[in-house]
Amino acid sequence: MKLDNATIDKIAHLARLNVADSERENLLKDMNNILNFMEKLNELDTTGVEPLIYLTDSVNVCREDVVNKEITVEEALRNAPLHDEHYFKVAKVIHKQ
Amino acid sequence: MLQVRRYYTLSEVQEDLQAGVITLPNLVEHYLQRIDEYAELNAFIEVFAGDVREKAIEIQQKIRNGTAGRLAGMVIGLKDIIAYKDHKVSVCSRILENYCSIYSSTVVERILAEDAIIIGRLNCDEFAMGGSNENSCYGPVKNFADYTKVAGGSSGGSAVAVQAGLCLAALGTDTGGSVRQPAAFCGVVGVKPTYGRVSRHGIIAYASSFDQVGPITNSVEDAALLLEIIAGPDEYDSTAAQQLVPSYSALLHTSGSKKIAYLTEVLNADGLDPEVQELTEHAIQKLREEGHTVEPVSFPYLEYVVPTYYILTMAEASSNLARYDGVHYGYRSPGAHGLESTYKQSRSEGFGPEVKRRIMLGTFVLSAGYYDAYYGKAQKVRQLIRRKTEEILAEYDFILMPTTPTPAFGIGEKTDDPVVMYLADIFTVQASLAGIPAISIPAGNNSKGLPLGLQLLGKRFGEGELLAFSKYMLDTVKSDHYIQQ
Repeated sequence: MKLDNATIDKIAHLARLNVADSERENLLKDMNNILNFMEKLNELDTTGVEPLIYLTDSVNVCREDVVNKEITVEEALRNAPLHDEHYFKVAKVIHKQ
Repeated sequence: MLQVRRYYTLSEVQEDLQAGVITLPNLVEHYLQRIDEYAELNAFIEVFAGDVREKAIEIQQKIRNGTAGRLAGMVIGLKDIIAYKDHKVSVCSRILENYCSIYSSTVVERILAEDAIIIGRLNCDEFAMGGSNENSCYGPVKNFADYTKVAGGSSGGSAVAVQAGLCLAALGTDTGGSVRQPAAFCGVVGVKPTYGRVSRHGIIAYASSFDQVGPITNSVEDAALLLEIIAGPDEYDSTAAQQLVPSYSALLHTSGSKKIAYLTEVLNADGLDPEVQELTEHAIQKLREEGHTVEPVSFPYLEYVVPTYYILTMAEASSNLARYDGVHYGYRSPGAHGLESTYKQSRSEGFGPEVKRRIMLGTFVLSAGYYDAYYGKAQKVRQLIRRKTEEILAEYDFILMPTTPTPAFGIGEKTDDPVVMYLADIFTVQASLAGIPAISIPAGNNSKGLPLGLQLLGKRFGEGELLAFSKYMLDTVKSDHYIQQ
């Protein structure tokens, strides 16, 4: 696999990142090197091998569903860069026609 | 001020506190002074000075009253990834620089309940992504044995703080070696528990099927005690195992002859430092002389562990780090206009280059058309690696290997090529992929005075046997020929 500029842009958008022109060349080079290194796994035959997804043997560990109210609205908003008394604030999303 | 000596175990501290040789306020002042004196190491990024002075008085009173908890006298640092209510935690990232925890992690609750004193936050690689502590927004940590060398990572600040006696112990996190590798580079003890042994509640997530909190200490005794206190089921983390936690600290004796495997591929690995190899061979020989069975075993997946580890952790990281959006908490770019640019600009300015690279690659290996070829493939190889590792451990008590292929490398030496940096994890990621416990114990210094570590891997939930045997190794097998302490 060799990544090109169009793929980098697509991935960056999916990851909600911007790639500055000054970073592009290095990022492309490093990502291609790393992917190349990862492709070593293709040497192994994994036909019929079940993927390992869960590391524990536990199944559905549940607890009573009780309302604890451990965090207040004020606390939840405390670290938000922009908020009022009740809500997180973002730039306007819906614009007037 | 009263002169306070250097302590290596909690029991020494508690003895002196009981005998009135020192008081807890004395001890805390001693550590605060030492942190100040060795500020150049860059191990601490914040010291909770006001807090700890108050706590010291309170716990000293408890000691007098005979009501103190089991960790009374333990002054401990937290890797800057572990939430502690009303204290900052930033994972050494600009994106969380001013974040203040609104709740405490389970591990913090548990050590506080036993009267540990948390002295401050310790430097680490940004989002725990790195093996040298050079990816921190607060700059690299210096190795106390040689200021031009890295501390290791990602829990570099934690390891150096213990190495330099800036606190008695630290809690780090280990995803692919982030407790064990810096412990080896700094000549201290570092434990990665079985996946699920310790709750991850309140630990800032990097790769959720790998992350585990682990103690970094000067002694196996303290590691055992800390692990016993932080481990166990937790209603806030359904992946925390339900198995009862043995009293590791009371079970530190080992007897009889053990069966130990070492991997032939490890001793033949490219780039294995000759002194590290010699040290490992010396340990093998010593163990044999002591009557243990030590045999070579083939592990044909050694050269596949690092790529498997990076595919999976980058994928998990890209998903875990999606929460940093510049809206709910953390950094928001002042230049953002509109919602999408709030996300994109805040993330692009808030994350450092290594974190962005991993998010990009993680997004790629999970993306339509590439998922099966990379992520799915790596999950299958992880199965093979775990199966083979468990097969070896069904026949042997432990697997022995060096923790790292080389001693601590120079600051700036490996930053140009990420693949070269990633390969430094070659001996630590096997246990992480298999979800088994592993420990790094100090094995003496090389000819240049740099610490080297030996690693033992144990059976799932076999922390008790692993710790007991590690203590035995430290006491009897420690490579006398390197020791310069």
